[in-house]
Amino acid sequence: MAHLHDDKIKFLEEKANAIRQSLITELVAAGSGHTAGPLGMADIFTAFYFHILNHDPKNPLWEERDRLILSNGHIVPIRYAAMAHAGYFPIEELNTLRKFGSRLQGHPERTRMLSMESTSGPLGSGLGQAAGIAYGARMDGKKFRTYCLLSDGEHDTGNLWESVMFAGKNKLSNLTAVIDRNNIQINGMTEDVMPLEPLADKYRAFNWHVIETGGHDFEQFVSAIEEAKAIFEKPTVIIAHTIPGKGIKEIEFDYLWHGKPPKPEEAKKFLAELRTLGGKIKSEHE
Amino acid sequence: MLNPNQKLKENIFSPDVEQAPTRDGYGKGVLEAGEKDERVVVLCADLAESTRSHWFAEKFPKRYIELGVAEQNLATVASGLASYGKIPFIASYATFSPGRNNEQIRTTIALNDVPVKVCGMHAGVSVGPDGATHQALEDIALMRVQPNMIVVVPCDAEEARKATYVAAFNDKPTYLRFAREKTPLITTKDSPFEIGRANVLWESESPDVAIIACGSIMHNALMAAEQLALDKINVMVLNNHTIKPMDMEAVVDAAKKAGAVVTVEEHQVMGGMGSAVAEVLAQECPVPIEFVGVQNRYGQSGEPNELIKEYGIDTNAIITAVKKVKERK
Repeated sequence: MAHLHDDKIKFLEEKANAIRQSLITELVAAGSGHTAGPLGMADIFTAFYFHILNHDPKNPLWEERDRLILSNGHIVPIRYAAMAHAGYFPIEELNTLRKFGSRLQGHPERTRMLSMESTSGPLGSGLGQAAGIAYGARMDGKKFRTYCLLSDGEHDTGNLWESVMFAGKNKLSNLTAVIDRNNIQINGMTEDVMPLEPLADKYRAFNWHVIETGGHDFEQFVSAIEEAKAIFEKPTVIIAHTIPGKGIKEIEFDYLWHGKPPKPEEAKKFLAELRTLGGKIKSEHE
Repeated sequence: MLNPNQKLKENIFSPDVEQAPTRDGYGKGVLEAGEKDERVVVLCADLAESTRSHWFAEKFPKRYIELGVAEQNLATVASGLASYGKIPFIASYATFSPGRNNEQIRTTIALNDVPVKVCGMHAGVSVGPDGATHQALEDIALMRVQPNMIVVVPCDAEEARKATYVAAFNDKPTYLRFAREKTPLITTKDSPFEIGRANVLWESESPDVAIIACGSIMHNALMAAEQLALDKINVMVLNNHTIKPMDMEAVVDAAKKAGAVVTVEEHQVMGGMGSAVAEVLAQECPVPIEFVGVQNRYGQSGEPNELIKEYGIDTNAIITAVKKVKERK
């Protein structure tokens, strides 16, 4: 099992913090969008773009690249922020999010930016696409891996379970799904709206290898990704327990932050919290 | 008279005219495409034989993907395969695909602009005994409103074979519509076929009415043309197989020449091929139009011929529409 050394962990934590700051700025500029989910996935996107993915931001369509399919398209602002920091496009472009003429659509569109890999937003259809890519790649003996990020709420859809069944049947071991298990959806807690538990058992019953892990611990999460690579004959799902709104104490766990952006004065406070690591250090910024 | 340039079958009005269902044309066309290019894959949702996908499955088992009764997944897995670099054909009954999975086709295929070929089988009331649940009458409407989507409705099994083969290599999301029942073969191997280019199958020197038709109901339009000629009513019959992008030039030309139009399709009149023709003609050449098609009803069980008559798309209904529109000129 590959372990991250301390310097790498520190590097990833700092990147995630910078990406969260860009996210807050980006959402304020947009004036609409989602806050809680993207913040909760900041660490996982950082892990993907700065450690896990075999990719080349300067050659985004490199044939052998790992594919990252985002099924729950509404959290795309955090993907945009991570990709900008990784060098796919200028960080300033983040301020065009959701604006007329921008490549950064409210929900991702592959035709406007091919490095998005897929078009998503309507829930439940990303895993099928990821499974299609993984299936095609295996037909051709390709070595790259396909990752699919899923929300927990989208497990309400039938399409997703059709895809879970398909990947299990075909033993797509080159496919790893990651579930953002933050327990919230628009109408409240997932277990109130439409209970998903026992989620891990459900996947096991569909012939998947299941790993449960924290979604904010880089070492744990990267270990889970490495474990998945060593599993043959089965696709792997990583149920990543995340905290919605992670990084800004005031909004953590609050489902009311699912679908709204911070107001400018809130953003100022949030950014200060991120810059000072929650008051632990001083910031030279306002 | 039949247009000699179209190199049509010579015996199309004879009772022993050769017949085949257009779904056979799909089965043959996708097999040929698969022989030509190994990127071609066929995805099936538990309907291998009735969609004629089993011919491909027998020849290319490794490129045949069975998904079970899961049409939403049929669309999304195909989208992934296409974005990776394959040329996926997805075949099911049109009521299920593009019916049930319409949103997945919209988001992951059409908006995503990947070259998945959606093949809708068992279109129209001529499906027969299965009844309304399995008789797609709204699929053209669903597909033609999707930007990026090409929509083709072949008129016989031979044209269906060509359309399927050509669609494999057009690099666009494409909807192809097929019927279950045997219908007469009209075209031959040598008949011209190009997506986006309508063909005049029956011509008259000075037509009174232009019949613009698509799909396997085409034979009824030609039968009507022949019978009308005996009554000294001259028509032309345009095989408008590509609903999108429509051959506007051919449609406008037909309307200009004849001054009146009858559209014929085995589909709801609302939103179908006739509506698309009317959109073009209202702008470019407003002439009286009669629409032969299903009038805001669902189908039902019955024999194909009974249903074609009941729903007003038989030869007599076309003749009546031609006479009516001629009076409106």
